[in-house]
Amino acid sequence: MSSIQLFRPRAFGETSRRDIWWIQPLAVFLGFSAFIVYSTWAAFQNAHYTFGPYLSPFYSPEIFGDSHHALFGPKPGWWPGWLPFSPAFLILWAPAGFRFTCYYYRGAYYKAFWADPPNCAVGEPRKSYWGENSFPLIMQNIHRYFFYLAFAFIVILAYDAWKGMWFEDPATGATSFGIGIGTLVLIVNVLLLGSYTLGCHSLRHLVGGRFDHLSARPGRMKAYHCVSCLNRKHMLWAWLSLFWVGFTDVYVRLCSMGIWTDWRIL
Amino acid sequence: MPPVTFNIWRGGAEGGEFKEYRTEVTEGMVVLDAVHQIQAESANDLAVRWNCKAGKCGSCSAEINGKPRLMCMTRMSDLPVNQPVRIEPMQAFPSIKDLVTDVSWNFEVKKRLKRFKPRKPDAPDGSWRFAQADTDRVQEFRKCIECFLCQDVCHVLRDHHKHEEFIGPRFFVYSAALEMHPLDEEDRLEDLKRANGIGYCNITKCCTKVCPEHITITDNAIIPLKERVVDRFYDPVRMLLRVIGG
Repeated sequence: MSSIQLFRPRAFGETSRRDIWWIQPLAVFLGFSAFIVYSTWAAFQNAHYTFGPYLSPFYSPEIFGDSHHALFGPKPGWWPGWLPFSPAFLILWAPAGFRFTCYYYRGAYYKAFWADPPNCAVGEPRKSYWGENSFPLIMQNIHRYFFYLAFAFIVILAYDAWKGMWFEDPATGATSFGIGIGTLVLIVNVLLLGSYTLGCHSLRHLVGGRFDHLSARPGRMKAYHCVSCLNRKHMLWAWLSLFWVGFTDVYVRLCSMGIWTDWRIL
Repeated sequence: MPPVTFNIWRGGAEGGEFKEYRTEVTEGMVVLDAVHQIQAESANDLAVRWNCKAGKCGSCSAEINGKPRLMCMTRMSDLPVNQPVRIEPMQAFPSIKDLVTDVSWNFEVKKRLKRFKPRKPDAPDGSWRFAQADTDRVQEFRKCIECFLCQDVCHVLRDHHKHEEFIGPRFFVYSAALEMHPLDEEDRLEDLKRANGIGYCNITKCCTKVCPEHITITDNAIIPLKERVVDRFYDPVRMLLRVIGG
């Protein structure tokens, strides 16, 4: 096919748009940056991540660590002495990878962090472009494997929410059922993360999207429609769950530090 | 209502400039009405492509205040008229004259895509049987009116000019309509990955935002095709299963 002569090139930021086109990428940039900075800081703290039966989602599952939630005891001896340790380091890469490779986030951060493009019909800063056609962004195709991990995290966080309903009496050591504000925070957290994770585009493909004859598979068709329903609001779930998972860590942290009181409802 | 000022691109392939026109705007007018009125009153040689004036032919695609839109479906009452309304041709295609662009590249692309290849007929009379539920998904894609606004806004074409390696959102929708059809037996995944450049799409969703038929281009066509390409070329477990399964 012969090449075509185009109209005229546009400089970075050049556009005829009259709306405040830069506000959306700026908001995304600030929102993501705030979360990345906070979550990195929280992961490095290695302290105040539990309170009573509550465990911060940034540290769950606690594979090695000092709290009573740790699955395999304290920091292992083989951990290099020069390397800072936090239980969060062992697990945060998985949900971070899921979000980093998520189709919604990709489109959002390509615009907000890389100006590729800054927004629709707005000039770009670079002439070269590889897209997701070659390394490194071709690695985004690994998203479904991060989904498998993220799904496991939903199960674990649901178990954490269940454990958040069993409070230990400091005097007798007996545990009894109860609901605190923290319990609700953990439940909302797993619901929002579940809605985000189960609306994943890769899951939508895996449960049914890959078939052209879904009517022959009624179970898959139902699952496909359920995932599609969540998928239609994927961006909303992505933001709500991002905010709430950060807030859940803040809640547990401030209760642990004695700044907030965890009020009991039951 | 006082006259409204329009800045309309005048020129051709060799270049051009925005020229100012003023015309009266009355209730119910769309941008195409205003352009026709300017044509009648003060710019008889203004070139504009249009046909149905009902948002179904896809002819009057242009950029209005920087956004790719159909002129016949953009109401004047929805635009701020306290400043000039800017109308220019689509940016992703060569200019012919004024608001008219040469969109023939799209027709050339369509010619090289694999056609619909139905399986053998299900009945002796040469007809097929399939469930409505299996075509619900592809019916959305058939709403496309080929206005090429999605092609225009896609930065891979508009800014990076990958016309040789990338077919653009319109033809991913077309490919999805065929690839997901319950009767179709053709295999397009190799083409989608290599010749059609689906990997260039970085999911900005601009195509979805400008579609006048509200086709969910990115979520329902491009991403599902990307996932099928992942199945074939990037998922090691699926690749292994295919080797074992033969």
